[in-house]
Amino acid sequence: MSWVLIGSITDIPLRGARCVETPLGKIAVFRTAEDRVFAIDDHCPHKDGPLSQGIVHGTAVTCPLHNWVISLETGKALGADEGSVRTIPIKVDGEMLFIGLAVMADRAA
Amino acid sequence: MKLAIIGNGMAPGRMLEHLFESAPGRYDVTIFNAEPRVNYDRIMLSPVLSGEKNYEQIIIHGDGWYIKNGITLFKGHKIVGLDREAKTVTSDHGVVEPYDKLVIATGSVPFILPVPGNTLAGVLSYRDLDDVNAMLLAARSRAKAVVIGGGLLGLEAAAGLEAQGMDVTVLHLMPTLMERQLDPAAGYMLQRAIEDRGIKVICKANTKAIVGDKKVEGVELADGRIIPATLVVMAAGIKPNAGLAKEAGLATNRGIVVDNGMHTSDPDIYALGECAEVGGHVYGLVAPLYEMARVAAAHLVDGASPAAFVHSDTPTKLKVTGIELFSLGDFADGEDRHEIVLRDASAGVYKRVVLKDNRIIGTVLYGETADGAWFNDLKKRQVDITEMRDTLIFGQAYQGGAPLDPMAAVAALPDDAEICGCNGVCKGKIVGAIQEKNLASLDDVRAHTKASASCGSCTGLVEQLMSLTLGDAYNPAAVQPMCGCTALGHDDVRRLIKAKGLKNIFAVMQELEWTTSCGCAKCRPALNYYLVCHWPGEYADDYQSRFINERVHANIQKDGTYSVVPRMWGGLTSAKELRAIADVVDKFEIPTVKVTGGQRIDMLGVKKEDLPAVWADLGKAGFVSGHAYAKGLRTVKTCVGTDWCRFGTQDSTGLGIRIEKFMWGSWTPAKVKMAVSGCPRNCAEATCKDVGVICVDSGHEIHFAGAAGLDIKGTEVLGLVKTEDEALEVIVALVQMYREQARYLERIYKWAKRVTIKEVRRQILDDLDKRHGYYDRFAHSQKFAQVDPWSERVSGLHKHEFKPMATIGMADAAE
Repeated sequence: MSWVLIGSITDIPLRGARCVETPLGKIAVFRTAEDRVFAIDDHCPHKDGPLSQGIVHGTAVTCPLHNWVISLETGKALGADEGSVRTIPIKVDGEMLFIGLAVMADRAA
Repeated sequence: MKLAIIGNGMAPGRMLEHLFESAPGRYDVTIFNAEPRVNYDRIMLSPVLSGEKNYEQIIIHGDGWYIKNGITLFKGHKIVGLDREAKTVTSDHGVVEPYDKLVIATGSVPFILPVPGNTLAGVLSYRDLDDVNAMLLAARSRAKAVVIGGGLLGLEAAAGLEAQGMDVTVLHLMPTLMERQLDPAAGYMLQRAIEDRGIKVICKANTKAIVGDKKVEGVELADGRIIPATLVVMAAGIKPNAGLAKEAGLATNRGIVVDNGMHTSDPDIYALGECAEVGGHVYGLVAPLYEMARVAAAHLVDGASPAAFVHSDTPTKLKVTGIELFSLGDFADGEDRHEIVLRDASAGVYKRVVLKDNRIIGTVLYGETADGAWFNDLKKRQVDITEMRDTLIFGQAYQGGAPLDPMAAVAALPDDAEICGCNGVCKGKIVGAIQEKNLASLDDVRAHTKASASCGSCTGLVEQLMSLTLGDAYNPAAVQPMCGCTALGHDDVRRLIKAKGLKNIFAVMQELEWTTSCGCAKCRPALNYYLVCHWPGEYADDYQSRFINERVHANIQKDGTYSVVPRMWGGLTSAKELRAIADVVDKFEIPTVKVTGGQRIDMLGVKKEDLPAVWADLGKAGFVSGHAYAKGLRTVKTCVGTDWCRFGTQDSTGLGIRIEKFMWGSWTPAKVKMAVSGCPRNCAEATCKDVGVICVDSGHEIHFAGAAGLDIKGTEVLGLVKTEDEALEVIVALVQMYREQARYLERIYKWAKRVTIKEVRRQILDDLDKRHGYYDRFAHSQKFAQVDPWSERVSGLHKHEFKPMATIGMADAAE
């Protein structure tokens, strides 16, 4: 697992998201009202909607295209919908955020 | 007076009932019956054959009835002579009976195919109880039977024989069964149902001969096939039994010719039943025969009776248990005919109504026949069905007029009826999900089926389905909660925000006991709007509670790119503006440029990162945001009015621009679109807008509550005002009233329907204090709202939105 610095938690608005571009696609990084952070792929399992553009509530995000609600903790669709997105390890060191890229490093190498 | 009757079937039996009722004792009645028995219900022969009934159960008039009414009944006496001079009839047993009036009711004889072998032992017809008894006897062999004729009678015989344990094959000359009553589609479904019972069906089967030595061994078809059989039932049709009448010199054609009073060509002789021909028609179904009986009885009582037989089509029903079939009238194709068809293959339902001049001329129902009587009635009365054409095929329960029960209407819908057009969800799927997953709330149904989860216009239907499926277990809440985070409805939340002076989203959630920590994507945008509306200047807009379109001031598209619409006041533009737009399109390689329905230019396919730069360039040319993405004022569409148009009565372009400049930037519960037309020709299409103005010579007619989206609705007229100033004031006040009262996402037309047009008129036109209050509050809120969001973003506000937080290259990832 290699941890890559992506910035400060203050770069992300409360109950908001920012994107991180990677060689393997966009990752959405979320900050909840309680200052918890999560990283998941920026593609809704339904029709690829950009999850980073959705409304963040609790530890979930509602996709802006067709209102699927995705858990930031598990990456799974909540409610009756079925599907999931990949979650990416993220750690907070002070204000600094690092995402874990073990999987990507393996693939990239 | 002596009345003699030849034949003792259902028609003369009914005639006597009428006769004894209206003129008891008038006639001394004698009946000759070729069958050795009393009057029985011939229609019930099929249930007797299948074993569902026995002979005793189908007797109409037992021996006691004849005795009680003083009737002389000769059982098993066939009349072989009719002497009209002497006025006598003679039976094959030698009984000679004189008459004053004679009724011939000899019925019909089965049509026996003129093929070799048709007299072999084991060849039967299907006509009377003797035939049925013979078939029942033959069936004991459990051997093979062939029924020739795939009409009503043949299929009933086949089903009966099959029920008695025989191996049955139906031969039918035509390509589909019951082709006289059913169209090919229904005939095909019927064939499937018959075959499902284990009966073989061969259509286009042309019988060449019945083969066998002394008794039947099989049926040979024209193509050489031989179908083995020990019993052959001829059910290929009937013909009127008019032989005796013809010999006696009465007028005959296909049957005994009678007038509409049932008189034959001899004034003392009547004919009725299957042997009679009225107006060129002969009949084989019981309803018209009973009608003949009524008419004949009336004339027997009173020679000058006005009773007359009138032709009418009679519905056909198949008496085979488990097969629902109804057919009526004429359903052949024709250029002057229209048809409405409903098919549900999986449920085995087929319905077809044939119309001519908007009146029913024929009906075929298969699988579900409950509405047969209703269709029959509409046809008989020749009702113009134009008004109910859209729902006619769903049957009576779906019609207005008689008290419309929406539950019955929904219950009557077939399983494949589409309930939710947005998501393509049919009734069967919704009902199935409710049952399988024990769904008890509308939200559950929405979550699992997606029905009513988009535009919501089908919510009522879905709720009715829930009531139907769950019965009393479903109790729709009187107030629809805003969302799953609260039990409060929109109206309560708005009221409490004002009453409790709640000025931010978290205060609302805390005070109103939200059940979630920070709401959801449904309630947060609504709360944000209510707070913006009630506390302009005090409330800080909650950026994270806005839908993405409003957050980035552009419309998100299906591929995650955005579209950008600059404001063009009143739809006017200039070379400079167009040039600037063209330059932006080139510079940012914007793939699509389109003129919108509101007369603005849409640039589609802009990458989110490019948005601030696009706006910067547009801003330099003088453009501000067109708010095409907003739950707010979008466009004011105009025509050219008095500036150019030879019909224009007022400066419609000028008024449109004035309205747009006054109202732009305002947030509303749902999008608001307006238009101003310079004359009643209405080129700006003002009469399907949220607010519209039609300029007329005497001033400005203010319209509102139109829609051209999920619903299409012409506007309501609010009223006529004289001056442009007054028009602006009224429009602004109207929109403010809507802003203060409507539920989030509720368009003006829905709000107006809820509060009533009358109430809007009262507050905006009649009550000047109210009007001015609304106007002032709108004007106040505009001080804080009319800020171009594009230039704000260009100068750096929320710049994080448009840039990635970090970009990781391959090297970083592989480290």
